[in-house]
Amino acid sequence: MNFSIYDFTSFNQWIDRFLRENLNSFWAIAVEMVIIGLAILLFYALVGLFLVYAERKVCAFMQNRVGPNRVGPYGFFQTIADFIKLMLKELITIKNADQFLFNLAPFIVIIASFMAIAAIPFAKGLHAIDFDIGVLYVIAVSSLGVVGILLAGWSSNNKYSLIGAMRSGAQIVSYELSVGLSLLTIIILAGTMQFSAIVEGQANGWFIFKGHIPAFIAFVIFLISSTAETNRGPFDLAEAESELTAGFHTEYSGIKFAFFFLAEYMNMFIVASIAATVFLGGWMPFHVGGWAGFNHIMDFIPPFIWYIGKTFFVIWIMMWFKWTFPRLRIDQLLTLEWKYLLPINLVNILIMAFIVLMGWHF
Amino acid sequence: MDTLKLKERILGLVPDAEFQENKQFPTFILPSAQLHNLAAGLAGDADLAFDFLFCLSGVDMVSYIEIVYHLESTTQRHQMVLKVRVSDREHGSVDSVCDIWRTAEFHEREIYDLLGIRFTNHPDLRRIFLEEGWNGHPLRKDYVDDINIVER
Amino acid sequence: MKEVVNLPVKKIEEEEYHINMGPQHPSTHGVLRLVVSLQGEIVKSLKPHCGYIHRGIEKMCEKDTYPQIIHLTDRMDYLSAHINNHAVCLLVEKALEVDVPERVIYIRTIVDELNRIASHQLWWCSFGMDMGGLTCFFYGLRDREKILDIFEESFGSRLLHSYYTPGGLMMDIHPNFQKEVKNFIQYFRKKIKDYDDILTGNIIMQERTKGIGVLSREDAISYGVTGPSGRASGFSCDVRKRHPYALYDKVDFREILGTEGDTFTRYMMRMHEMRESMKIIEQLIDNIPAGDYSAKMKAVIKLPAGEYYQRVEAARGELGVYVVSDGSKTPYRMKFRSPNFSNLSVLDHISRGVKIADLVAIGGSLDYVIPDIDR
Repeated sequence: MNFSIYDFTSFNQWIDRFLRENLNSFWAIAVEMVIIGLAILLFYALVGLFLVYAERKVCAFMQNRVGPNRVGPYGFFQTIADFIKLMLKELITIKNADQFLFNLAPFIVIIASFMAIAAIPFAKGLHAIDFDIGVLYVIAVSSLGVVGILLAGWSSNNKYSLIGAMRSGAQIVSYELSVGLSLLTIIILAGTMQFSAIVEGQANGWFIFKGHIPAFIAFVIFLISSTAETNRGPFDLAEAESELTAGFHTEYSGIKFAFFFLAEYMNMFIVASIAATVFLGGWMPFHVGGWAGFNHIMDFIPPFIWYIGKTFFVIWIMMWFKWTFPRLRIDQLLTLEWKYLLPINLVNILIMAFIVLMGWHF
Repeated sequence: MDTLKLKERILGLVPDAEFQENKQFPTFILPSAQLHNLAAGLAGDADLAFDFLFCLSGVDMVSYIEIVYHLESTTQRHQMVLKVRVSDREHGSVDSVCDIWRTAEFHEREIYDLLGIRFTNHPDLRRIFLEEGWNGHPLRKDYVDDINIVER
Repeated sequence: MKEVVNLPVKKIEEEEYHINMGPQHPSTHGVLRLVVSLQGEIVKSLKPHCGYIHRGIEKMCEKDTYPQIIHLTDRMDYLSAHINNHAVCLLVEKALEVDVPERVIYIRTIVDELNRIASHQLWWCSFGMDMGGLTCFFYGLRDREKILDIFEESFGSRLLHSYYTPGGLMMDIHPNFQKEVKNFIQYFRKKIKDYDDILTGNIIMQERTKGIGVLSREDAISYGVTGPSGRASGFSCDVRKRHPYALYDKVDFREILGTEGDTFTRYMMRMHEMRESMKIIEQLIDNIPAGDYSAKMKAVIKLPAGEYYQRVEAARGELGVYVVSDGSKTPYRMKFRSPNFSNLSVLDHISRGVKIADLVAIGGSLDYVIPDIDR
């Protein structure tokens, strides 16, 4: 076995071979699935906790504050303490609420984000499922979350929740279009929907550079619309704490609230990883044509670090949005999508198709 | 418009009005029946133009309850006080001036709440601070509340 | 040719529903309850329900002496506590015909304006928060803290100072006062640009506030909407200009009037007012004359029998104090014409037909302080 942090393929094959030598093929696959499930669950929890911490630090930095600094070094364990607190808190049952849907909603939200994470390539070979329609799969699965939000708003028996959920429904249905179309722009360029192939296609240059201006426009549109799709500020109308107290999750407490909370951060992580993978080259290092020495140094940094770095860069931009912009109003939100982003997107796809047809891209 | 002219005009409009001497603002005591007519005249007249009701208060004078209207003209810059006296403490009522000065709507509700004067033609005469069914009107001098008011 | 048939169209009666905004709601800025009738997200009408923090200050005043009343006025509009105190002090001084030392008048004018800036800073941060820009909140509070520090150093408290007494001041200013105020003005002139950068110039904020909650000049006068909210509609209602008190007839400042009367104009009025206040302070801070910090007053203050009315310009509008005295040491009847009470009455009128998000913005731009409404 030759293990390398630059390529996990051989490592995976070694595990697979080891399991198949000792078990029959059914049990080998079952054990593999459990291992992958546990690994993703662990990753999910860690990233979620870290993102909450990161958001609090970033927001404190923007607001002239220190942020969490009491639990652990630099307050690093604050979110773990918060998580324990949320687990121990009472689960309040709401009178006249639809108990079944009320309890189901947070699970739908969290399962949707959990399913999406399976298709994301973290590094070479570190990839749970490599669908040949990966992009489509992620778009389809991540939009399931809105069902959970709608159910939460409907079943809470609270008008604030209902308004929040309806806003969220309108918002996600609209912005789903822009997310899909901006990814489509790049799919035209890449010629495939498979994530691994998209990443491989960027070995000689990220798509945001390869695709000229249309790719950049698509990137900006993707950033805006994916921020809206994850219900984050300035598009956090579903929560809108100054209008709707807490929007769709007003009535949730304890671990069920934590699920919504965690799902929001994980959705942010997922869209940031898609942005990093599709536009910024995924785990591919940054190369400049002709600078062999520079490129060699860049190659030295492991792909996993590249992927995490790019993802967190996108997440940081999204946090920057959230903490500096006021919130939009619902009609402005829909105007932005249907009157501006969608037409721009459609024209952008045409231009991109033309560029690809003429072979003008790098 | 100075005090003398104002006095002439008001007494011309309402001969029954009584002018009070030595006050900070020119002050007139009106019969309550004529309040609404005069108020409409004051707000509508181009010279008088009392368009800003800057204070509306009620005072319990024990033998009667006085409603005090502080008026100002934003164009002519003069000020004036109108007073209406209500001697019926139980069922006393005054015409509402909500339709002339909209700010009166809240102030009249406050007076109704705290002094118990009813305003006829008020669009929404409910208690404003105290809950519905509160017993008595606290700003009256004869109001007693053994629990919340401590006599010193 | 086909005949056009007019099918009977069944008009679906659109259903209205009510939500309770408050008493515990993040953007009612206190315990105010608004019962809002909604059609979808559109506000059809709303009814304010006040009284959750009604303490009966007017009734309490009837049992208290004038120096004691000062402490109650702090608790009305707690964000412009000094200005509330000023109204009662001026009223007593005018009734007793006391000559207040020059030094006191200078200090009172400066402190009033500092208080106005502090109040508008808090308004700015809470308005930013109502709009969803949470960072504004911390920017505003950071700068307000500087003023509160100055207050704490000189008057011993940060929010409810009770610094003015009938006839003068509770104590003299701290020796550092002038230096600190000058430092603050220098500091805040730079920082107020940040305010414009982060919120005023933001396209989302402008789109959300322009043309929303329009209040005409006639309605502003009729509803008695004063202060920056009234001036945004072009209602020249600045008591400092119309009925000058303290030093306002001697200093140079502008009464800025708006024309649009919408939420954005109300916002801009307050931004301008902070700059004007700084201008007033700059003119006075170096010229505070030496002298006593209080006039000689009798131990027991008794107002001659009669009626008195005093108007001052508080941070949110015109504050009136109406006193009926029977010659004793306590007032016979004391009435506060609080600015927020009248400003609240217009909320229903200007927020019909807007969305819930706009209602929050309009409420923020009217800047009501609940203890001042309820008293």
